[in-house]
Amino acid sequence: MTSVRLDWAAAFAAAIALFPLPWYAGRAEALLPLLPDRPWLWPGLACLVAAAATALAAPRAGRGLVALAAAALVLLLLQGIAIGLPTTTWPIAEALFGAGVRQPAFGPGAAAALAAATMLIALGFARARAFNADATVALIAVAGGVSLALFVFLPILRVLVDVFVEAGRFSLAVAFDRLAAPEAWGLACLAGGVRCGVVWNTLLLAALTGVLSTLLGLAFALLETRGGLAHTGVFRALAVLPLITPPFVVSLALIVLFGRTGIVTALLWELFDIPRTRWIYGLPGVLLAQLLSQTPIAFLLLSAALRAIAPSLEESAATMGARPARVFATVTLPLLRPALANAALLGFVESLGDFGNPLVLGGEFDVLATRIFFAIAGARHEPGRAAALAILLLGLTLGAFWLQERWVGRRQYVTVAGKGDAGIPAPLPAGLRRLVSALAWPWAAFTAIVYAIILFGAFVHDIGRFDLTFTWRHFIEGFAIERSAFGLHFRGAAWDSLFTTLEVAAISAPITAFVGILLAWLFARTSFRGKGTLEFVTLLTFAIPGTVVGVAYVTAFNVPPLEITGTGLILILCFVFRNMPVGVRGGLAALAQIDRSLDEASATMGADAATTLRRVVLPLLRPAIVAALAYAFVQAMTAVSAVIFLVSARHNMATVYIVGRVEAGEISLAIAYSSVLIVLMLLVILIIDRVVGAARLGRRAAAPLVRVGA
Amino acid sequence: MIRFETVSKLFGATRAVDRVSFTLAEGTLTTLLGPSGCGKTTTLRLIAGLELPTEGRIEIEGRDVTALPAAERRVAMVFQSYALFPHMSVRENVAYGLIVGGMAKRAALARAEEMLDTLGLAGLGDRQPSALSGGQQQRVAVARALVLRPRVLLFDEPLSNLDARLRRRVREDIRDLQRRLGLTVVYVTHDQAEALAVSDIVVVMREGRIAQMGSPRELYDAPADPFVADFMGEANVIEAEVAAGPDGVARLVIGNHALEAPLTRQAAGRMRLAVRPEAIRLTPPDGTAGLPGTVRRAVFVGGHMEYEVDTPAGLLFATAPSSEPAVAAGTLVSLAFSRAIPLG
Ligand SMILES: Nc1ncnc2c1ncn2[C@@H]1O[C@H](COP(=O)(O)OP(=O)(O)O)[C@@H](O)[C@H]1O
Ligand SMILES: [Mg+2]
Repeated sequence: MTSVRLDWAAAFAAAIALFPLPWYAGRAEALLPLLPDRPWLWPGLACLVAAAATALAAPRAGRGLVALAAAALVLLLLQGIAIGLPTTTWPIAEALFGAGVRQPAFGPGAAAALAAATMLIALGFARARAFNADATVALIAVAGGVSLALFVFLPILRVLVDVFVEAGRFSLAVAFDRLAAPEAWGLACLAGGVRCGVVWNTLLLAALTGVLSTLLGLAFALLETRGGLAHTGVFRALAVLPLITPPFVVSLALIVLFGRTGIVTALLWELFDIPRTRWIYGLPGVLLAQLLSQTPIAFLLLSAALRAIAPSLEESAATMGARPARVFATVTLPLLRPALANAALLGFVESLGDFGNPLVLGGEFDVLATRIFFAIAGARHEPGRAAALAILLLGLTLGAFWLQERWVGRRQYVTVAGKGDAGIPAPLPAGLRRLVSALAWPWAAFTAIVYAIILFGAFVHDIGRFDLTFTWRHFIEGFAIERSAFGLHFRGAAWDSLFTTLEVAAISAPITAFVGILLAWLFARTSFRGKGTLEFVTLLTFAIPGTVVGVAYVTAFNVPPLEITGTGLILILCFVFRNMPVGVRGGLAALAQIDRSLDEASATMGADAATTLRRVVLPLLRPAIVAALAYAFVQAMTAVSAVIFLVSARHNMATVYIVGRVEAGEISLAIAYSSVLIVLMLLVILIIDRVVGAARLGRRAAAPLVRVGA
Repeated sequence: MIRFETVSKLFGATRAVDRVSFTLAEGTLTTLLGPSGCGKTTTLRLIAGLELPTEGRIEIEGRDVTALPAAERRVAMVFQSYALFPHMSVRENVAYGLIVGGMAKRAALARAEEMLDTLGLAGLGDRQPSALSGGQQQRVAVARALVLRPRVLLFDEPLSNLDARLRRRVREDIRDLQRRLGLTVVYVTHDQAEALAVSDIVVVMREGRIAQMGSPRELYDAPADPFVADFMGEANVIEAEVAAGPDGVARLVIGNHALEAPLTRQAAGRMRLAVRPEAIRLTPPDGTAGLPGTVRRAVFVGGHMEYEVDTPAGLLFATAPSSEPAVAAGTLVSLAFSRAIPLG
């Protein structure tokens, strides 16, 4: 069965690590000839060989195998971390193996050895009857844990360490200075000074975005569910757009409208002599952009929550003589409270993490995310300062995330009974109805204009200067294709980044979805010690802001043992680990709807976990897989915060390229490229839905369970 | 044969199954009976391998399976929800275990078809499970279990999702099948009538432990304690001073009344007795023997009459065939016991 296959797989991986594969990155030599002068490799490799031999020769050894394989993993990792470049090698390693000892980063051979050790640990656990004695379960859990440690926690830990390090020396005082710096916490603006600390800026912006987007979303949701309108589909259509729009594209449209030479600005100047200013660059502009993106999400959340309120509750209040305004205030609103808190916190967290909009529209108004970026990418490269700011941002985000889980997360499961609660939701009190209409309709119109500009701006000469002559110029500049003697020549400036983006998205999305769904299954359907922790930690990674991930990756993976900065691999890894938690959440929600006895029935009929997974669970999870695939793909195409640290000349991404065009003032090209991205994403989502999503499921007994919040 | 040796299963601090030991013989049908939450399902899942015991030892056919996962036990289970795979046809559902076990797909589907025939489901193989009635779905679940020729077949409340009319039929079908194939079956229910009707052995459970185990007759006639007495059909529990008499007929003193009643076993001294409703006879008061009482309530329920009688021993519940003349509420009567069960 599986466990038999796993021991051979592990032995094979160990064998190719030792013999044919080059151990180091960028070298051709296999390991064996190098071994005599590299004594630090001996202990780890010895453990690995012993573990592989144990796995093959002693099928009963469980705990012992775990110990050997874990020792191999830890020793191999440790020697890699301890001995790197001259600047990064630990003193203890120099003391042991001589001054000047160094080695390059891990290569394919080392990767195979680590994989072999991981498999052997899992196999050992399964043989020791842990993880339900199932090797597949053990492998998913162990591999999940090891890769989370390597690609999430070690990098974050690295950032944390960097806070304490100044010129190669460890210092508490330095860390304190950095974390408490006036740059972050200063209150000069209150005392008449120019600027306040960047932490306050960030918090102010996030709080405004959270509260205002929730209010606007509530207005839309009330109008949709209780406003007595026939055609509210337009809200839903508008609500999808921000999900497939690169985060800063809205900012572009705002510049086109309200910039110094913007359409509205020009009109105001000509008609009313209102002087041209740069008000859009700063808090108002960033806030506006974030509201445009966040309001639809708040709307979706709140409208689901409003639907889940049984009309009979409101009706019973009404039959007791309560007037509509009173019903709303005493029944509807209190029931909605958890959803409101959730929406506000979500807006808060999204705003904290947003990088694109403040970058494009922030002007003098800095937030943590942009400040971190400039500390790394600016003229003065200050990794210590960036690390401290990143830790502050991480702290804020985790705090908000913790609040959300603690305070509202537990109450976010709403079961919708299959039968449905007859009755009509209470109509809105007249005054409230006028108020929400006055809020919602202008905002909807504004949103529509913003997206119209993005579409329209791509096809006119210079929308920023109101030159509306039709042209293909921007598309030709970005996407020209010529036929040359050597075949097609993609001459347009945008092709390189577009190809990279598509490639990275196409590789990372399936991995993300697959890993996410596997982990969801692990969390929902198996039990083992430490599962709760692993699950919590997995979902927590979702809360880490992209900027922090970017800093962490660029510092941690710039030096041996894992030296992948500047490669396409780092982009793929970054997306996989950033987006996987969403797949996990989606999978968990979907699994909650699938009766557990289906898995169990499969088991009693002799299927091991891998077979059950393949034949029963995955087919039933198709909708969740499609959702995770689409999400991962869209994220890989639209994200900017983490990747802006990780792109290189060879591997540039579309969003980063667009940001570059904006900074160079080529707004029209940026807009044209953005609209191409949006159309491409729609296409890909449709294709994914067609190919993977053609699932015909019989009716299921369980009542559908709706998870509010992504 | 299934053997439990002091098996416990803890969920956190809850002892769902608490030091349970029993041996179930080959080829018998055993029911696990008890109120909701007493650990029946958990016991069944321990046999199936869907839960592994916290402590203790489980043997199936002489083999220690304590740590063996479900997939390797060859124990089949029919789930309460039937657990038919919604993305497979009925035939594919039945063939699933065979295919997973390595049989060629065509052969497996052919075997599945035969099994469907055997269970009277011929012609339904191409349907989706959701297109079948509840009774048919259950038979598919049984077919899916039997096609693997399991050593042990488990049922968790198999009648709970069926309408009342079907229940008796399905119950008899399961019993016939078990006898015909000589299967070892363990059957969970909370309905004592169902348990009495189908079982060779009944295991009454209470709060994770075995309250009593035996044949339906034994449990009905000689319950070990008031809980079992009450659970196995209704029982009136009476405090009495018992003095053994000749021929197993004892003299009972209740308060300052004395009467004679046959006991199910020898006993003497002050004790609690269980008296079944049908073992109480209402006669006109004649002033000599018997327990005096007043009929509080008389209800005609079709096959028999139900009476509540106020007596010095408390409010007693009695039944009488409706072929006998009914006694009106308010009538003074004298009660005689045709049988009494000493408890504890
Ligand atoms: N997976 C579980 N996690 C926690 N408690 C459980 C679990 N399964 C059962 N229990 C508890 O164990 C006890 C026995 O449950 P169960 O065997 O399902 O009872 P029954 O089938 O007799 O109604 C109950 O108190 C139940 O709440
Ligand atoms: Mg049960």
